[in-house]
Amino acid sequence: MEPTETVAPEVTRSSPRKAALVIAVLAVLVAAPMVLGAYPVTTMTRMLAFAVLVLSVDLLTGVAGLPTLGQAAYFGVGAYTAVLIGLHVTSDAMVQVVAGLAAGLIAAAATGWVAVRARGIVFLMLTLAIGESVHQVADTWSAVGGSNGLAGMPPISLFGAPLLASGFVYWWVLAVAVVLFAGVALVVRSPYGRTLRGVRDNEARMRALGYRPALARYGVFCLAGAVAGAGGALWVAQARFVSPGDLGFEVAALALLSVVMGGAGSLWGPCLGAAIVLLVRDNLSASIDGHGPLVLGLLFAAVVFIMPRGLAGAGKGRRKERPS
Amino acid sequence: MTGHLVSVLNGLAMGSLLFAIALGLSLVFGMMDVLNLAHGAVYLVGAYVAVALVADGAGLGAFVLAVLLAAGLGALLGGVLAGLTRATPHHLDQALLTLGVSLVVAELLSIFFGNDVHSIAAPAPVAGSVVVFGETYPVYRLLVIGFGVVLAVAVYVLVERSVLGSVIRATVADRSMVSALGINTGRVLVGVFAAGAALAAVGGVLAGPILGAQPGLDEKVLLLALVVVVIGGLGSVRGALLGAVLIGQVQALGTSLLPEYASFLIFAAMGLVLLLRPAGLLPTGGAVRA
Repeated sequence: MEPTETVAPEVTRSSPRKAALVIAVLAVLVAAPMVLGAYPVTTMTRMLAFAVLVLSVDLLTGVAGLPTLGQAAYFGVGAYTAVLIGLHVTSDAMVQVVAGLAAGLIAAAATGWVAVRARGIVFLMLTLAIGESVHQVADTWSAVGGSNGLAGMPPISLFGAPLLASGFVYWWVLAVAVVLFAGVALVVRSPYGRTLRGVRDNEARMRALGYRPALARYGVFCLAGAVAGAGGALWVAQARFVSPGDLGFEVAALALLSVVMGGAGSLWGPCLGAAIVLLVRDNLSASIDGHGPLVLGLLFAAVVFIMPRGLAGAGKGRRKERPS
Repeated sequence: MTGHLVSVLNGLAMGSLLFAIALGLSLVFGMMDVLNLAHGAVYLVGAYVAVALVADGAGLGAFVLAVLLAAGLGALLGGVLAGLTRATPHHLDQALLTLGVSLVVAELLSIFFGNDVHSIAAPAPVAGSVVVFGETYPVYRLLVIGFGVVLAVAVYVLVERSVLGSVIRATVADRSMVSALGINTGRVLVGVFAAGAALAAVGGVLAGPILGAQPGLDEKVLLLALVVVVIGGLGSVRGALLGAVLIGQVQALGTSLLPEYASFLIFAAMGLVLLLRPAGLLPTGGAVRA
């Protein structure tokens, strides 16, 4: 099966104009809690944590050409790990994020080898099966609260001081999200990132050149698992609660929708997509009598037919299908 | 010991249902290269048709009516999905589209039927129990096992021994050649999609008296069907049968022996099979085989 073609990430030199834009966006994000009330700040914190999950899906789907519906599992593993550490070990936010990242990495390393030997739609199928299996485990395993989830995690702390105000939690989540975003951007621009795009676009040629495609895919799968795990830890830093719903099929599907909506392969587009999707799910849904899934379902179709290249690829014409 | 034999029977009943559901998913995937993520939602449509038509103490007539209506609705949905996915050849788009359809269908069902757990009665003439291995066992489940056997034989005959089956297999192997012979391959493909979806919906009715109907069941069923298809080998009818029997047993024995770990066991079974045989137990190499 041919790898799916996506919008290739533009590897451009940073121009002063671009740098100014990045600084402006960051300034707005940092300043947000000083102008907005507690509720919008809470919403933005959720968006940031979800955007980290979407970033990891984009790393797989957009950069490596591996469409995944199982990434919510590693997000969930990170979230559960962070809550368990918060409940039983320490409220230190850094420890929780590092543990979430490590747990996501280990879970992806343990399950990924089965998935990365497949590509395209079969990969999607396998990740879906892995993701749903992890979801079922979380749902039935009483040691992690079963379907009730785990609640009662104490507020996170930094350097010994608990972060009680929503603005401080937001800044912490923003800081970690920016670091992860920068890390993923570096990987995408590195020689390894070029290897991944090469494997995505022409696996046979890369193999002939001496690369090992399955190994390259395994590497990015583990890396994406780590990013998703850290995202899970950020998700609970604010919610202080985790339930099987946080790692279900719906979350994975919404993450994939965010990537396609934002433009697979571009890093900023999917993050914007994440914000829109979460806004529709959590806020619009409440105002239309809880029928969010209906709107989301229609959104899926609309994205496919109206914006096949996503926000980042707007105006670049329809995506081409390679003959398979 | 007899308790375990009853579990084996339960596993066979579950396996029969899984075979019907996974078969549709596998054929659509094997033939059209489309992963229909709305398959579980089509199953749920069938289950709710049974909720609407099969009252407590209803006779066989109402049940047969529910099966026919579910088959019709399933085929209709399958036709719509075939049209939608053909309009968008990209795999990722197809996955998103079928997901979107699945969300919309599941949401519409919960608007009409609420979020309650519905139980569905077995039709009155077969609602009783018989003594098997010294324990009472529901007649209905034995009939479901029988249905699985009949379906397996029927599909084998259809795919391997009939003209339609050879057209279907040839369409997968070389679409343009079959088209050149004057056969409308587009219609063949839509037909397979409709038949696959109809099987899922009928599975929903037949599973009704065992699994009931409730929101979220679509995801669980889709997952089980996926695992069956992956374990069995894509596009393989025999693989779907083997996978369904295997997963049915793992689930039934796991539930009776290690209830806490039943969901781990299915996952472990899939992982083990894929590590040893990445293409599934009975891989077909892209063809459709009985």
